[in-house]
Amino acid sequence: MDFLQPTTWAEALTLRAERPDALPIAGGTDVMVDLNFDRRRPGALLDLGRVAELREWGADDGRIRLGAGVPYARVIEDLGAQLPGLAMASRTVGSPQIRIRGTVGGNLGSASPAGDAHPPLLAAGAVVEIASAARGVRLVPAAEFYLGVKRNALEPDELIAAVLVPAAAGPQQFCKVGTRNAMVIAVSAFACALHPDRGAVGTGIGSAAPTPRRAPEAETFLAGELEAAGLWESRGELPETLAAAFGERVAAAASPIDDVRGSAAYRLHSLAVMARRAATWAWNDYRKAA
Amino acid sequence: MRVTTTVNGTEQSVDDVWPGESLLYVLRERMGLPGAKNACEQGECGSCTVYLDGEPVCACLVAAGQAIGREVVTVEGLADGERLHPVQEAFVECGAVQCGFCTPGLVVAAHDLLARVPSPSDLEIREALAGNLCRCTGYEKILDAVRLAATRQARP
Repeated sequence: MDFLQPTTWAEALTLRAERPDALPIAGGTDVMVDLNFDRRRPGALLDLGRVAELREWGADDGRIRLGAGVPYARVIEDLGAQLPGLAMASRTVGSPQIRIRGTVGGNLGSASPAGDAHPPLLAAGAVVEIASAARGVRLVPAAEFYLGVKRNALEPDELIAAVLVPAAAGPQQFCKVGTRNAMVIAVSAFACALHPDRGAVGTGIGSAAPTPRRAPEAETFLAGELEAAGLWESRGELPETLAAAFGERVAAAASPIDDVRGSAAYRLHSLAVMARRAATWAWNDYRKAA
Repeated sequence: MRVTTTVNGTEQSVDDVWPGESLLYVLRERMGLPGAKNACEQGECGSCTVYLDGEPVCACLVAAGQAIGREVVTVEGLADGERLHPVQEAFVECGAVQCGFCTPGLVVAAHDLLARVPSPSDLEIREALAGNLCRCTGYEKILDAVRLAATRQARP
């Protein structure tokens, strides 16, 4: 096994193209577990930890460009206001030690259906910035990035450069079910985002399908009902029946399995509950913000 | 692969490191520093917590090469010669050590908390130690120890 340690992004992309057998490593919180347990023996490790550009974030035309190597601890510290959903999810990742090392880019690279960053990225309408030495940059919406269990849209010569997340135009919420507050892989997770600027609702489901996914029908349903009742303008109370109906539609978008962490039935039930609550909390935040 | 890193203030080099090796393995098996413990090897237990460039991390999840040129401080580096650090003293006095396996990681995590938050609330202590498991379940004494160390730190 070789250890490749580029110090610039250009060098990282060149090495990626030359060594399709290399496994990129950032914080190591997923990759090292696989190595320690002999689950993977890549030809090389491509350490992205020395590429300074990856550890930066900045605001760009209403969007936050979050470098793939920015750890969760910094998302929590720096981006609670602009990316509240992602910051909330980041607070539930592992433990302090894990949040200091683990990165959103790594979460996307691993593409586990249980990754905590995915639901808020989907709800916010994030776009993944992918790059290769041969073809430059291409942008893939988060909703099209996840292809299967731990499979994503990356080609063998590509790396994740950043994720572009629209700065929140309204309240966002994130819920996660697990056996304790810390160190938990989600049994199920849900994120929602209100987009009052365009009368839309965003959703993201975690741990309840082969990939993280949106609940498009639930989004259209809730946004339509809010519009029909004039609630975006009046900022009136969110009817309980509407929140519950939204929850049912979110659960209907999932296709969970029974596994060691929970049953499919429990995942569906918890999703409906989380979606109902998250929508209510987000709506109450929207009312208060008036 | 050669790994040169500063450990507890002293630069150390080791050779023939396999690139998939963890920093924890390098510390324990190649540098003779068995303080950080090897337990879960998946970042769940916190027994291998060390400082990497001033931040507490699980050494089992850091690839050895990622520590090249960095500053590592292990539990062995906290005491001042024979004199224990106040956090370590508090653990001894409060009986926060049962089998002792989780202790080095908890001491480093508590040391980091008190450096950042001199008078932490119970919630802050629990949050800061959330990544460190004690399978003797001696958590109450551990919380006592962190509170005691905080009190002593506040009273110079």
